[in-house]
Amino acid sequence: MNPITTKVRTLSASAGAAAVALSLSLSLAFIGHAQAAAPQAITAKDAWVRWLPNNLPAAGYVTLVNAGDKPVDLVDISSSDYGDAMLHQTVSNGSSQKMVMVDKLTIPAHGQVAIAPGGYHLMLEDAKHKIAPGDTVRLKLKFSDGATLDTPFAVKSPAQTK
Amino acid sequence: MLSAAALLAMFALAGCSQRAEPWHLTNVSGHLPDLDFSLTGDDGRPVTGASFKGHTSLVYFGYTHCPDVCPETMGRLMQVLNKLGPDAQKVRILFITVDPARDTPQALHDYVGAFDPTHAEGLTGTDWQIESLAKRYRVAYQMEKRDPNGNYEVTHSSAVYVFDAQGRARLLATDNDTPDAIAQDLRRIVDQRS
Repeated sequence: MNPITTKVRTLSASAGAAAVALSLSLSLAFIGHAQAAAPQAITAKDAWVRWLPNNLPAAGYVTLVNAGDKPVDLVDISSSDYGDAMLHQTVSNGSSQKMVMVDKLTIPAHGQVAIAPGGYHLMLEDAKHKIAPGDTVRLKLKFSDGATLDTPFAVKSPAQTK
Repeated sequence: MLSAAALLAMFALAGCSQRAEPWHLTNVSGHLPDLDFSLTGDDGRPVTGASFKGHTSLVYFGYTHCPDVCPETMGRLMQVLNKLGPDAQKVRILFITVDPARDTPQALHDYVGAFDPTHAEGLTGTDWQIESLAKRYRVAYQMEKRDPNGNYEVTHSSAVYVFDAQGRARLLATDNDTPDAIAQDLRRIVDQRS
């Protein structure tokens, strides 16, 4: 009987995070440019969205793999398919679980992080066009090393758990 | 007079039989009230606990504006139904909203229909109906503060309650129970009624 909370971020928190992410991506974009020849450390796999009807908020899931020698943070998410995209985490607190907005997610060096049901999810709101199971949507995942992954996510029926 | 050894042997034998096997899920038989409610179905019509007599009912309290854990739980219940095969015909999933303000019968109809229109039914009611039902099954839920866009979250329990064909509360499944474990226990509940 775990109480669950779905945290909807406040406007101010969202704006603050966006400002931080923007300044980060601006400053890091410059560094990233200088290192353009370096191979990309982060790759994405098993990216999918659990579709829900009636334009309900949907969750995106993906596994991020870091082939590099240094930890890299996921610092921002955006999408041309959704008005709002942000990283949330379901946090267990004893017998209860809470959903909180997360500013960054660290992918360890030579490691990986699964953004998966019951843990992290990419909260997707305000679809900009009709989206249905079988479609592919794209999410731009921005990282602290300056890289951006424009990642295709397979839209799946909600009955699927993977 | 039975000797202690004979008693032990009997328990050991009983341990091998289907009936005495421990449940994978939490056994709540005798600890929670029978399935009894008056709500509104996702077709807009009144529905009571008696409407589901004859079916094994999986009762889940959730809401549709819940992107992660609610659909994940429903998705896992879909896996359970798949594992049950033909026995799934004797099972119903009752998705009872804890957010009746937003979850109209039509919204619930679309939501459960996206999972399984045959076996899943969405139920809503007045605030009082939902509150008293949640209290009856000791489900904690609470509407949280609205954000500037008017969106809000609802804290709630994630357990799935299993009622047998006579409407008796039998088992409680949590996030930690695998679809296999749930399916194995459900098969026993479904088979017991015949």
